[in-house]
Amino acid sequence: MADKFEMNKDELIIAGRPFQSRLLVGTGKYRDFKETRSAIDKSGSQIVTVAIRRTNIGQNENEQSLIDFLPTKEFTYLPNTAGCYSADDAIRTLHLARELLDGHNLVKLEVLGDPKTLYPNVVETLKAAAVLIKDGFDVMVYTSDDPIIAKQLEDLGCCAIMPLASLIGSGMGILNPWNLEIIIDTLSVPVIVDAGVGTASDAAIAMELGCDGVLMNTAIANAQNPIMMAGAMKKAIEAGREAFLAGRMPKKLYSASPSSPLSGLIN
Amino acid sequence: MYSNMKITINGNIREFSYESMTADELVIELKLTGKRFAIERNGEIMPKGLFKQFIINDGDYLEIVGAVGGG
Repeated sequence: MADKFEMNKDELIIAGRPFQSRLLVGTGKYRDFKETRSAIDKSGSQIVTVAIRRTNIGQNENEQSLIDFLPTKEFTYLPNTAGCYSADDAIRTLHLARELLDGHNLVKLEVLGDPKTLYPNVVETLKAAAVLIKDGFDVMVYTSDDPIIAKQLEDLGCCAIMPLASLIGSGMGILNPWNLEIIIDTLSVPVIVDAGVGTASDAAIAMELGCDGVLMNTAIANAQNPIMMAGAMKKAIEAGREAFLAGRMPKKLYSASPSSPLSGLIN
Repeated sequence: MYSNMKITINGNIREFSYESMTADELVIELKLTGKRFAIERNGEIMPKGLFKQFIINDGDYLEIVGAVGGG
């Protein structure tokens, strides 16, 4: 299995679209667009999330926008519904996003339940997912780490399920690896950890568990040196993925099996 | 015989010296030519391909959105 595996063919396939990078990144919270671009380049990410917001009317005509720094020809845009607290708001936002991005239909659905914790409202999320799929969207969906809800979202036709590791922007890391393992074992579509990663080891652990990818924003953007952290995350994702594919040794409290030969000891 | 039209754009009322205007004319008025955006009028998306035909009337409620940094 693993010995026949070619690392360069290890693509992440989302709704029939192949990607070489398993790190997905957000574009918020950076100092400026230049830093956004540098960090994303360093991360090697091919998929970038963006928010949909009211355009400034009457601004400087020459003012640059995010899209000037991250051309849609170079990156796969993943418009999100961050800030939406109902299925209707999320559906409306993504219809606008599809028009904005000339028919691009790969989207990130998130419906929040509480402004303090940003915990997802899974009831509204399920409602919105059903409508968006019917309307022709490829829906990557942010959700809690509840394995039953994750399966229901897959059954509705979502193309990737994105459970949280911990709360958005918290940097608390993976709080429930056991639930994530159940989700990974249960689902056929890609499982991408979204939210809560704080540092490189968190990303590596997610990949070692068998996640198909990790989506993060704050862990990179709020690092003391975002560009250096973007590079660290790239390596962590790759290391975690390879470790997962290689298959780790079983854990034992002790083994009485030293790594050096027992024979040939000098007297 | 011009009477001003008032339309609500992104929550703010704007006045224009038209009786009605096409979406194309509005885009020029707002200096949005060449930018990436999407427009919703009274809750319905206006497809870009139809901007020349789409008439915006007094009292219309518009949302004009773009992509910004987000997670």
